[in-house]
Amino acid sequence: MDPLDLVGAEPGPARTVLFDGRPVPALPGQTLAAALWADGVLAWRTTRGGGRPRGAFCGIGQCFDCLATVNGRPNQRLCLLPAEHGDTVTTQEGHGHADLEV
Amino acid sequence: MPTSKSEPSGGRAEVHDLAVIGAGPAGLAAADAAAGLGLRVALVDAGSRPGGQYYRHPAPGLGAARPEKLHHGWAAFARLRARLAASPLVDHLPGHHVWAAEAGVPGDGERPWRLHATRGPEAGDRATVLARAVLLATGAYERHLPFPGWTLPGVVTAGGAQAMLKSSLVLPGRRIVVSGSGPLLLAAASSLVSAGAEVPAIVEATSYLGYARGLPALAGNPAKLAEGASHGARLLRRGVRLRRSSAVVEAHGTDRVTAVTVARLDARWKPVPGSERRIACDALAIGHGLVPQIELATELGAETVTGPDGAAALKVDAEQRTSVPGLWAAGETCGVGGADLALAEGVLAAHAVAGRPAPARETATRRRRRAFAALMAAAHAPGPDWTSWVTDDTDVCRCEEVPAGEIRAAVEELGAGDARTVKLLTRAGMGWCQGRMCGPAVACLSGDGGGGRADSRPLSCPVPLAQLAQLAGPVEPEQRRRD
Amino acid sequence: MLKRTPYDVVVVGAGVVGAACAYYAARAGLKVAVVDRGPVAGGTTGAGEGNLLVSDKEPGPELDLALLSTRLWRELAEEFGDRVEYEPKGGLVVATGPAGLDLLHGFAAKQRAVGVEALPVAADELRTHEPHLAEGLPGGYLYPQDAQVQPALAAAHLLRASGADRYLGEAVTALLRGPGGSVTGVATTRRELAAPAVVNAAGTWGGELAALAGVRLPVLPRRGFVLVTEPLPRIVRHKVYAADYVADVASGSADLQSSAVVEGTPAGPVLIGASRERVGFDRTLDPEVLHRLAAQAAALFPVLRTVQVQRSYRGFRPYLPDHLPAIGPDARVPGLHHACGHEGAGIGLAPATGLLISRRLTGREPELDLAPFRPERFEGAEAAEAAEGES
Repeated sequence: MDPLDLVGAEPGPARTVLFDGRPVPALPGQTLAAALWADGVLAWRTTRGGGRPRGAFCGIGQCFDCLATVNGRPNQRLCLLPAEHGDTVTTQEGHGHADLEV
Repeated sequence: MPTSKSEPSGGRAEVHDLAVIGAGPAGLAAADAAAGLGLRVALVDAGSRPGGQYYRHPAPGLGAARPEKLHHGWAAFARLRARLAASPLVDHLPGHHVWAAEAGVPGDGERPWRLHATRGPEAGDRATVLARAVLLATGAYERHLPFPGWTLPGVVTAGGAQAMLKSSLVLPGRRIVVSGSGPLLLAAASSLVSAGAEVPAIVEATSYLGYARGLPALAGNPAKLAEGASHGARLLRRGVRLRRSSAVVEAHGTDRVTAVTVARLDARWKPVPGSERRIACDALAIGHGLVPQIELATELGAETVTGPDGAAALKVDAEQRTSVPGLWAAGETCGVGGADLALAEGVLAAHAVAGRPAPARETATRRRRRAFAALMAAAHAPGPDWTSWVTDDTDVCRCEEVPAGEIRAAVEELGAGDARTVKLLTRAGMGWCQGRMCGPAVACLSGDGGGGRADSRPLSCPVPLAQLAQLAGPVEPEQRRRD
Repeated sequence: MLKRTPYDVVVVGAGVVGAACAYYAARAGLKVAVVDRGPVAGGTTGAGEGNLLVSDKEPGPELDLALLSTRLWRELAEEFGDRVEYEPKGGLVVATGPAGLDLLHGFAAKQRAVGVEALPVAADELRTHEPHLAEGLPGGYLYPQDAQVQPALAAAHLLRASGADRYLGEAVTALLRGPGGSVTGVATTRRELAAPAVVNAAGTWGGELAALAGVRLPVLPRRGFVLVTEPLPRIVRHKVYAADYVADVASGSADLQSSAVVEGTPAGPVLIGASRERVGFDRTLDPEVLHRLAAQAAALFPVLRTVQVQRSYRGFRPYLPDHLPAIGPDARVPGLHHACGHEGAGIGLAPATGLLISRRLTGREPELDLAPFRPERFEGAEAAEAAEGES
């Protein structure tokens, strides 16, 4: 049994997103966080203090632990964003705004 | 149920009779009942699909033939959803996250409530919703008690594991320990097991003896017992072991969780030395019950009550009215009590807003369920010595990475004695989530009694600066009433 | 049974001003108690931005106080350093138009005459100082003496270093009076604290404490909101604000005025604030206020349009009708000293205030003439009228 069997899911063809340059399949309607979980990836950010790995925690957009850079935009909550074909997700380091530093 | 389009326009502002914030059980029931009584309703919801957390369901693209497999009460939701979809009186505004509510002046048509919201998955756009009355049905979020290793990838909230499963049909791992306290643990474990995960243990901090003191409330709620029993039976069949009076006191791993240490707890939740044992796993789902999400109301000065578990909830009268004129509340915002209670309170609030007498059936349901909720809250209230498993180097605030040792130093050396002062001195609770994950824990570590006091929060969620810099958002829904 | 503790002075208020009073009094050898109805930094201090500014002050008593404080903060930084997040980053005041620049030239000239360091910055040099600053601004001034501190940490560490006994969460219910009316201590909700001197550092509530002594001190609240962005790298180097701010600070108008001061923090977020409104203690959020702060900040630093505002907080700044604090002994009540009404400048002015109070407590000559800060200066018809015109 897997979750798809349980609810008799018959999703359309998977899309492909890129995680740190590597193709990862995403079923239609899945969030980016879900696609990464399904691929065995649990972390896509390192903290700005200790550089520790983080990924989805609350799964509903409240904890902001699942932030990552999506299509060049930092601090996107992967648990809320539906995966679109061609999305590029980049592991985010710290605040994700290093390019702005002066 | 017309769903609002997003493009701004200069259309005339419509003032709804009622704006319902939140489309979970309470909000859906309220919107449905209010429309049935002839009110024009705006159903404002942060989610992209109605249902809230409880009725969270697979995205349509996943083509789920049997979504009810992951739900209790799916039929009730399907019925509500169908009725709302058919109602011309309800405007559904999905993807709208309200960041501030400006109170209206009751009886003054020129000065309605104004709800300011971000719009869309990236919160890029802004909207303003006008209404003569507002119902807060924003539900709850989970309470967490930190322990060493709880920030490791693979440690997720029990509600989060359920949410990801229900909406996207995924699991965080194959072998998932479920730990914490409260009825959500059984529900989560039951879902995970059904979906094919192995659950080596459910670790529940209470002894469940607390329930024995509330037999009348239990007897009055046979459906709740049946729900619990059905989870229990399923888990038993799969050989899942419930460890009572126990807690996960450490999660192990470097880049992700690989095992947990479980210890027995005494009556005050202090780990019993020598009782530790290690359980291998690749994920851990945690949760210590729910805390009402009420900051939009407390920001307006709404009065609160402290529940048996120390959590603040909105104070409402028999008609679900808060202390702020024109603001009603239903469901978990009035104290966590589950979906059936939320459905009943939503209906009761709608009747009150419409000036109709309270229906007897919902009034009776509310009485029974509130008694049951109080029993549950008391039974699962965190024991006073849980902080003894929090080592000084455990990060309590996940966002700002504030370890317990810094919080303790702020209390012992700098004289902080409450969560707000600890926040000012350590940044615990000052990060992205604004203390939603660590708030109750920080309050306990500060010695101010478990987080009963509501913190002030003029913005209830992050807002793009560019959006604030815009003068005002388009008034929604702008495509209606062009005539 | 009442417990009496022999203190030399009881300081009412555990904000940054009270903490500084306690710190300098203890350093002068006095035995100090600090009492507050709330926690440390629980009032205006906890809602402040930590501005240590000389740039916004015109020559006069407040600037004298600020210059003394600037020197004292440098000394304190040696002792407390990073623990209070002291940053001598300097301020950059920019003009938004040619008229504003002329005004700024005149203002800076007067400031320099009394010892303020103010360096003109030409239009084409602005962005070498602040690379993210908007283009096209006509010029500004750099004020190297402006600095920043984290206010709550400053209060907590000053208070701790003072070694004062802390009585937090206890409201003062009465001032104890001896024969001849002199102050002999305070009564709190839990105890009596005996001392020959009491310092009113109660901030916004300073007027109420004065009333307990039977004297009038017309302290009024002025509301301010601050916006806090998500954590960012250093994108703003100085404390940066538009020249309009200078006019706002001295304004007596009840209308909203805001000129966002934009500054980075060691913790990452950029602070934008504060608005200034005279609405009593009304806590109601007006989104228009947040809008104006955000719009002004974005006008100065367009890059901020790409970031999120993570939260906002509000505070009430205590002010007196002439916008000067009350510092020094109250001639009407022997033993009562005031140290309140610093409006939005209390964090900066705290050390000078604390030092001056300790001088008076120990019978030594203060570094500055305290006459402009006399607490009883609002007595009489003329002062009452002036206050009337304010409200």
